[in-house]
Amino acid sequence: MNTSLNWIKAYVPDLECSDQEFMDRMTMTGTKTESFKRLDKNLDKIVVGEVKKIDRHPDADKLIVCQVNIGDKDIQIVTGAPNVNEGDHVVVVLDGGKVAGGHDGGPLPEDGIEIKAGKLRGVESFGMMCSIEELGSSRDVFPDAPEDGLYILPKDTVPGTDAIEYLGLHDTVFEYEITSNRVDCYSVLGIAREAAASFNKDFHMPEVPVTGEDAAESASDRISVEIIDRDLCTRYIGRVVTDVQIKESPDWMKKRLRSAGIRPINNLVDITNYVMMEYGQPMHAFDLSTIAGNKIIVRRAKDGDVFTTLDGSERKLDSEVLMICDGEKEIGIGGIMGGENSMITEDVHEVLFEAATFNGPNIRKSAKRIGLRTDASGIFEKGLDANNAMDAINRACALVEELGCGKVLKGAVDVHEPLPEKKHIPFEYERINEFLGTDISRDDMLSYFKRLEIEYDEGKNELICPTFRQDLLGFADIAEEAARFYGYDKIPVTLPSSGAEGGGLPFKMMIESVARDVAEFAGFSQCMTYSMESPKVFDKLLLPEDAPERAAVKISNPLGEDFSVMRTIILNGLLTSLAVNYNRRNKDVRLYELGNIYIPKSLPLTDYPDERMQFALAFYGEGDFFSMKGVVEEFFAKAGLKKGTVYDPNSGKTFLHPGRQANIIYDGAVIGYIGELHPMVRRNYELGDRVYVAVIDMPEVVERATFDRKFKGIAKFPAVTRDLSMVVKKDILAGDIEAMIKQRGGKLLEKASLFDIYEGEQIKEGYKSMAYTLSFRDPEKTLSDEDINAVMKKILNGLDSMGIELRS
Amino acid sequence: MINEKLLEIREEARKRIEESLDLEKLNAARVDFLGKKGELTQVLKGMKDVAAEDRPKVGQMVNEAREEIEKALEEAKRRLESAAMEAAMAAETIDVTLPAKGRLSGHRHPNQIALEEMERIFTGLGYEVVEGPEVEKDYYNFEALNIPADHPAKDEQDTFYINGEMLLRTQTSGAQVHEMEKGRLPIRMISPGRVYRSDEVDATHSPCFHQVEGLLIDEKVTFSDLKGTLTQFAKELFGEDTKVKFRPHHFPFTEPSAEMDVSCFKCGGKGCRFCKGEGWIEILGCGMVHPHVLEMSGIDPLKYKGFAFGVGLERIALLKYEIDDMRLMYENDVRFLSQF
Repeated sequence: MNTSLNWIKAYVPDLECSDQEFMDRMTMTGTKTESFKRLDKNLDKIVVGEVKKIDRHPDADKLIVCQVNIGDKDIQIVTGAPNVNEGDHVVVVLDGGKVAGGHDGGPLPEDGIEIKAGKLRGVESFGMMCSIEELGSSRDVFPDAPEDGLYILPKDTVPGTDAIEYLGLHDTVFEYEITSNRVDCYSVLGIAREAAASFNKDFHMPEVPVTGEDAAESASDRISVEIIDRDLCTRYIGRVVTDVQIKESPDWMKKRLRSAGIRPINNLVDITNYVMMEYGQPMHAFDLSTIAGNKIIVRRAKDGDVFTTLDGSERKLDSEVLMICDGEKEIGIGGIMGGENSMITEDVHEVLFEAATFNGPNIRKSAKRIGLRTDASGIFEKGLDANNAMDAINRACALVEELGCGKVLKGAVDVHEPLPEKKHIPFEYERINEFLGTDISRDDMLSYFKRLEIEYDEGKNELICPTFRQDLLGFADIAEEAARFYGYDKIPVTLPSSGAEGGGLPFKMMIESVARDVAEFAGFSQCMTYSMESPKVFDKLLLPEDAPERAAVKISNPLGEDFSVMRTIILNGLLTSLAVNYNRRNKDVRLYELGNIYIPKSLPLTDYPDERMQFALAFYGEGDFFSMKGVVEEFFAKAGLKKGTVYDPNSGKTFLHPGRQANIIYDGAVIGYIGELHPMVRRNYELGDRVYVAVIDMPEVVERATFDRKFKGIAKFPAVTRDLSMVVKKDILAGDIEAMIKQRGGKLLEKASLFDIYEGEQIKEGYKSMAYTLSFRDPEKTLSDEDINAVMKKILNGLDSMGIELRS
Repeated sequence: MINEKLLEIREEARKRIEESLDLEKLNAARVDFLGKKGELTQVLKGMKDVAAEDRPKVGQMVNEAREEIEKALEEAKRRLESAAMEAAMAAETIDVTLPAKGRLSGHRHPNQIALEEMERIFTGLGYEVVEGPEVEKDYYNFEALNIPADHPAKDEQDTFYINGEMLLRTQTSGAQVHEMEKGRLPIRMISPGRVYRSDEVDATHSPCFHQVEGLLIDEKVTFSDLKGTLTQFAKELFGEDTKVKFRPHHFPFTEPSAEMDVSCFKCGGKGCRFCKGEGWIEILGCGMVHPHVLEMSGIDPLKYKGFAFGVGLERIALLKYEIDDMRLMYENDVRFLSQF
């Protein structure tokens, strides 16, 4: 929404403020003003001139030498403009003056362009005659300007007077961000009302004389209106104008339209545009002679209907689109655009003005489906005040008479649902103060409301809100009005009185924090990746067709296939990020992510999916499977998972190297997996180095994690060690040997640690040599040889039963 | 006679010690003078020839000589050891400007750093951190927040839908409703998390980003409390000199509503390229919880009041760390991550 300051001042004549003051005050009372633009920026020493005489330039074919009267004298100006004739009135910038831009209409330089007297091909020139582009404007709003050449002023302009004043460019245009609750502010009157209230000045509505009272005919003699689909059209008003004379609008109207960025066209079109800007009520004008059967019918279209709008395009309709029809055919898409078959042409004689209000959401959805969002639909979709429609159409009719555009017939044809009534809200000024933390006096509050045209019924102690303020519904809304005009900046700054108790991170987040600390200590940096991805990811990860991971939550309106399913497996984002780094030649990259996967309980989704936090780590470069394993175990230790972790190589992950992967099992539950990335998957992600990953299912960890620690004392008696060197079949897992040793070692066994593993020469094919140091300790006494030998015997028997030989 | 001999020995010993340039030679000197067969021992052996009355005197003289030699040996030993250590260290000199060894730790994502800062501030004020679901029901994302089916805000937010009932939340505000429905009052909570909007990826947009929601509900809460809480937050986050400005705004679920600007932390409010000449930077939306929202969640608006606020986490991180392109946040190039 844009408005010019001059237009606002037409309703708030006492308003006096700088542009910056206006912007700041309006913003602080809730009409957020984004920016302003002075229309006369960099326009200096510019007057009306009259071209008295034109001579050819002696040395240049394309230049002419003009003698131009600027009021008190004539000056000589050399120009290359092709369209100037003796007697023309033109815009002249004098020596030492400034224009806003070049004649090509390109971007305006910040400081404008200075004009100085000088010689052009040897002939002196004391200024410049201007095109509309040099004045910082364009043919969009000055359609009478030539495509190339000077802007020619009418003959009634006075040489020597301020040309910028004449063009209406001593003005500032403000741009607002209007919030969706303030439909009334999508109008100059709405903004002016807010401005008046913000600066505490009087607000004057335009005077609208009654029209058509003396006409012999009434609108209802010429037209009838029937609304069939009343759910979509809450009011339809028609008024009729006869003896239409199409001509130019007066300057004052053209200036205001231009300041709003609207191109003046002719009086009839300009009036509808003007009223739409002024009242925020879009209107439409039909050529009455094209309307069959003297009637208007408002109804839904039929599926598959095709309709040509006044821009000449064919539009496909459906049964939710509201149409304006006559006795035979469709003549307009309600609230969006009129039809070509009923549009106003130069030789129109009689006009039907329409001011209607529609169901906002329906307009919004229809415009979206048809693919035609117009200025009108943009306003209608917000849901307009039906009472305002009558004021607007009456204003349009008054302008018709004022501009000599035609004769208005008596009355209006008005069909409507029950009209909105003023809302009554109790005036609870103490409660408002208590709510805001303020001490605003009752009188002050009432004075703010008065400025906003909110009446006060003293007897009932009620505030009565005008119907254009559809946003005022209850106590909190009234409190906001008081706060806005008291000033948000004046409201005190306090802290909640009740004491702070509790607060902090839930246990889950504390464990996540441990994960971050461990990962970062181990050199992993945190990544964040999208939680929606392409279903192709499942193929990239070599998941079989029936893999449960393929049952993902699907987005019905995704940005594209690449963002169409919610991830059920955490790795894709990490691997993609690793690939970005690999591609950019970053060495030894270690990344981790803590993010959710989304596991539907059933599809189609009817309830919340299981959002499971995953702690995923991945790296390439320095390190191997066992460095990753170290990080996992460090995390478990820090998270208080001390019962010992088991690694089961039968983990069946298609995306991992079949000989280098394991499920991570703790306390009998699979709580994650670890492994080297399958070479094919690596290829799919274009990763040239080996990649190791670990994924830990955080809910399983959180369930078992603890920050409880108990001191067990430091052993007082010495440990005794025994080394075991053995030859083991290759497929026997170290984990199984250790489990056996631990189980048979009982309480006395403190630790069994592998200190050597070897395959190759001296060891027979299919076997490996392993060596453990077992350490025994009794907290109560020094162990004797007999004690240890007893335990060792059990362990040796265990080895024997596993088919393991001791090395001599 | 003995006297002269002793003087001679002392002089010889002094010379030998002085000439001993390493510990081995020094040790040989000790043996030669003080050893069992050493010169001084020889003198003592000759004591039997000394008249009995002179013996104590001679003994004393021998002892004096021994002490002197021992002292000289000790000093020489200390000197030589010290010199040897110096020499060894000199040979071990390293170039201290050679690169450090060992893998350096990884880095937290800037979003995470900003989030932890906010969590620290609010948990210090007694707020609990809670999480809400990202795949959300329409009711919690819209209707319970005063955004009924046909509300234009539903369009404005460009929602990703799963189906008619389920969607990807467009705001963390739904977490407010879940918390209020638990019926445990008063409430002080912040709720960080991912939110989704149908925006194409560019320098300032991402279809997936993070918000932090805040909610306080109690019997006596005022708009001035909202101002005070968020003013303190801004000062802790951006520095004590930060100024704040609350501007009226509109959100369906709060009334009155406001947007909070902070004075530009780059130019201090004078206006610069960073704040687009404004001197102020908008950082969050907030307001008093709409009575209707309280009511829908089963809280009596006549008894309880509250305020709520929502902050875009990326916005804070981008501003605070002067990151000029949001895409960097989701690309995870280590050259980016390692700067935090």
